Amino acid sequence: MNVVPGIATDTWTVAGRTFTSRLIVGTGKYKSLEENAAAVAASGAEIVTVAVRRVNISDPGQPMLTDYIDPKKVTYLPNTAGCFTADDAIRTLRLAREAGGWNLVKLEVLGEAKTLYPDMRETLKATEVLVKEGFEPMVYCVDDPIAAKQLEEAGAVAIMPLGAPIGSGLGIQNRVTIRLIVEGAGVPVLVDAGVGTASDAAQAMELGCDGVLMNTAIAEAKDPLLMARAMKAAVESGRLAYLAGRMQKRRYADPSSPLAGLI
Amino acid sequence: MSDNPTLVISVNGEPRSVAGGSSISEMLATLGLDPRKVAVERNLEIVPRATLADVAVVDGDAFEIVHFVGGG
Repeated sequence: MNVVPGIATDTWTVAGRTFTSRLIVGTGKYKSLEENAAAVAASGAEIVTVAVRRVNISDPGQPMLTDYIDPKKVTYLPNTAGCFTADDAIRTLRLAREAGGWNLVKLEVLGEAKTLYPDMRETLKATEVLVKEGFEPMVYCVDDPIAAKQLEEAGAVAIMPLGAPIGSGLGIQNRVTIRLIVEGAGVPVLVDAGVGTASDAAQAMELGCDGVLMNTAIAEAKDPLLMARAMKAAVESGRLAYLAGRMQKRRYADPSSPLAGLI
Repeated sequence: MSDNPTLVISVNGEPRSVAGGSSISEMLATLGLDPRKVAVERNLEIVPRATLADVAVVDGDAFEIVHFVGGG
């Protein structure tokens, strides 16, 4: 029997953990925790990024993210958003590990507030320290194939280049370099940042990425739940198209109907 | 005079006071926080959750108490 490869049998593995969904979603910028949880469910994501922040000690009874998105059902990926030095990022992730008890984390060390571009010198330094401490960092980085390789050598368990600045929704601006990183990497590659709409996510997957990480594209859509569904479908479509292998491009037309037998 | 004078500490950058002789667990309870949902740093050192009940708060301690919030 000719079995059509189903998306359900197509998995990816990071640091020994296997997932079916190739879409990782952020949990920031939502209007409410209810909407956030509903969007995560609609996206089908099995991993969500979360930030580590001070508890509001003036109002300790405030609802918590963990009350709405169950860390036992969805893998929490603590991030270091807002950290501009390796030391701050390491400190944040040590706290995250204590709060959650796991080693799989998202490292991002930012260079400046305007572009939120990664500071690769600090990022590499933080990666080395975190790996020594037993962390398994998935690392937000520039779209530089050499820097990506250096991160991998330092022990990054996934390479996550930006497709465009964080929160910009500009789409994948760097298809050539993302593709070069994918070809050279021995660990999963995920586009992290830049996706604005479904076709951007599909494009990232068509380039051969193992997954896509996004937040604003869903949270700031007019209907976040509908966009979450769109992104789920787009990531699956892009993945299937990549597996299928696209046709060659031609410079001119090539008719699809036979030329023989024309009346 | 009490044998356990009140301790003045800093929690997330704000001054707070707790009864002398309190453990970190007791301090969290005073603040209304569930120790299972937070992580505690004391004077820049992580306090493992398993030891929160054993570590005594010392006058002048600076605590950071964090949890997970939405983020991208």
